[in-house]
Amino acid sequence: MTNQKVKDIPMVTEWTSLDKLRYGIGDALIVSKRDLLVWLRVPAFIFFTIVQPVMFVLLFRYVFGGAIAVSVPGGYVDYLMPGIIAQSAAFASFGTAIGLAREIQLGVIDRFRSMPMARSAVLLGRLIADTIRLVVTVLVILLVGYAVGFRFHNGVGPGILMLLLGTIFGVAICCVSAYCGLVFKNEETVQSFGLAWLFPLTFVSSAFVPVGSMPGWLQVFAKHQPVTIVINEMRALALGGPAVRGGIESALWLIAIIAVFIPLAVRSYRRV
Amino acid sequence: MEVAVEVRDLKKSFGAVEALRGVSLSVERGTVLGLLGPNGAGKTTVIKVLTTLLRPDSGSVFIEGCDVLADPAKVRHLIGLAGQSAAIQEELTGRENLEIMGRLYHLNKSSSQTRAQELLERFDLVEAGDRPSKTYSGGMQRRLDLAASLVGRPSVLFLDEPTTGLDPRARIGMWGVIRDLVEEGTTLLLTTQYLEEADVLADQIVVIDQGRVIATGTSGQLKDRVGGDVLEFTVVDPNRLEDAKRAVIDLSMTEPILDPKSAKVSVGVGQYGTNALANAVRNLDSVGVEVEGLSLHRPSLDDVFLAITGHAASGANEDGAITRGRKGRRSTSKSRNEVVND
Ligand SMILES: Nc1ncnc2c1ncn2[C@@H]1O[C@H](COP(=O)(O)OP(=O)(O)OP(=O)(O)O)[C@@H](O)[C@H]1O
Ligand SMILES: [Mg+2]
Repeated sequence: MTNQKVKDIPMVTEWTSLDKLRYGIGDALIVSKRDLLVWLRVPAFIFFTIVQPVMFVLLFRYVFGGAIAVSVPGGYVDYLMPGIIAQSAAFASFGTAIGLAREIQLGVIDRFRSMPMARSAVLLGRLIADTIRLVVTVLVILLVGYAVGFRFHNGVGPGILMLLLGTIFGVAICCVSAYCGLVFKNEETVQSFGLAWLFPLTFVSSAFVPVGSMPGWLQVFAKHQPVTIVINEMRALALGGPAVRGGIESALWLIAIIAVFIPLAVRSYRRV
Repeated sequence: MEVAVEVRDLKKSFGAVEALRGVSLSVERGTVLGLLGPNGAGKTTVIKVLTTLLRPDSGSVFIEGCDVLADPAKVRHLIGLAGQSAAIQEELTGRENLEIMGRLYHLNKSSSQTRAQELLERFDLVEAGDRPSKTYSGGMQRRLDLAASLVGRPSVLFLDEPTTGLDPRARIGMWGVIRDLVEEGTTLLLTTQYLEEADVLADQIVVIDQGRVIATGTSGQLKDRVGGDVLEFTVVDPNRLEDAKRAVIDLSMTEPILDPKSAKVSVGVGQYGTNALANAVRNLDSVGVEVEGLSLHRPSLDDVFLAITGHAASGANEDGAITRGRKGRRSTSKSRNEVVND
């Protein structure tokens, strides 16, 4: 090996906007491919994104479901599925936070930032990888849901919209998690902190039980928090019912979350 | 000689912590600079500023003539970094790690593969190349990490404590690898907590402590300041410290250093350690000063600190190489520096 610069490495320092875009996307895709490869190799990650959601479906469908009274077309299983898709999508965001925290701890991010690659690639790449993971999770749950009796009652279009909304909700939560991962920079902290906010947010919602069954003081929170709003909208899309107002509210919430946490995440990424 | 790295008066604070209080240094092209300092001295902070990861509060840095603060993007084409922990993805194989690095340096697929193969061969990782790197030993992981930092063929390489955490054998292996690199003309700036390591690898050594440069020179020059090999013992009766000093002063290349608190005496005895050891025993015996823990060791960073600042380095190392105050020194010299017997 010689110390000379060789021709095979493009020495582009004055990037045009087109170069930037090309390298920006290319680098992000390489990073996302890498993230997915890592995900496939870690049994725990697979467990959290696939096995655990499936267990939740079975648990609520067959163990708790009988005790929960709901008034939707196909009974509890139809009530449950939109909720469990959203809950699983939210929990999948653990991977985002843990992944980023690990990479900071290992110094991987430092190395990347000292290289002539697009600065945005680490975050963008991870978001792409996580979106793909989310889609896999959502589809697996849907399949299992179908197997245990779930059916759409509102046609294909709204059904697809429901899945899309669940995925975008997951992406929004991933943005929050990315920020947490970058701020805490420590796998264990991120893990426990993640539980601390994701648990109440997903369980004190309409995901598994009707909000009306909760004590009054809890209802105030449960009714108005974004997870309930999104899940109710997903339910309306899957099962029928008024969907316009909830759709607007959900969209506003998700846009707001993404608009706040992406800049925050980018800012703390620059500072790591 | 041309200068590859020029650092002037670097200052950086983290809130109330002044990590760097005016560090200046320069590295000539094709040479190795060892940045030597205890925990918290500011070594990593220097590396981070030089590798465009951190903006200093003031000061200037030029790498191969490029202004790091004004044009970091350009500098990133010139440098390679292996940080304090091995920045490899453990779930991926060594080969995958290197290929991904190649892709991120915008090599095409086949060039990335060729480059990965080249580096695996060169760092003796071919056999392990297709195993997940979490199955690698510490030394192999470090080598892989070093390989990863070379994918972009940097002309200036930064290694932050490349051997910390390695066992002695892996450490010596790593030294060999690093020396080969240098022979090929790579400019290298490495940090270490061990004088011994800087001695083996570096042409020039810069000693920093609490964000300041406290000494610069070749390892020979630094050792001269310590007075060569170091003879050390504890006086059983602290009142006889001065007697002990008088008994060994003739052997000493520099003024013996006394620590009244622990009743320790430390003497730089030059190259003829074994003679000095015998003479010290005889002299101390003849004046009837009883001592314990008499030991002779090669000068360490701690000894350099003691000689320059009059106090020991105040860091605390994970494996005990440098411990707070003078207390940990005896165990240090036992475990780390074999007794010199030439
Ligand atoms: N991001 C940070 N925020 C606050 N303080 C910091 C930060 N980074 C470093 N410091 C402080 O700056 C000082 C120098 O740290 P630095 O990491 O450069 O030391 P070092 O010589 O690399 O030590 P070590 O041998 O432990 O790696 C320390 O007191 C450290 O606590
Ligand atoms: Mg350090």
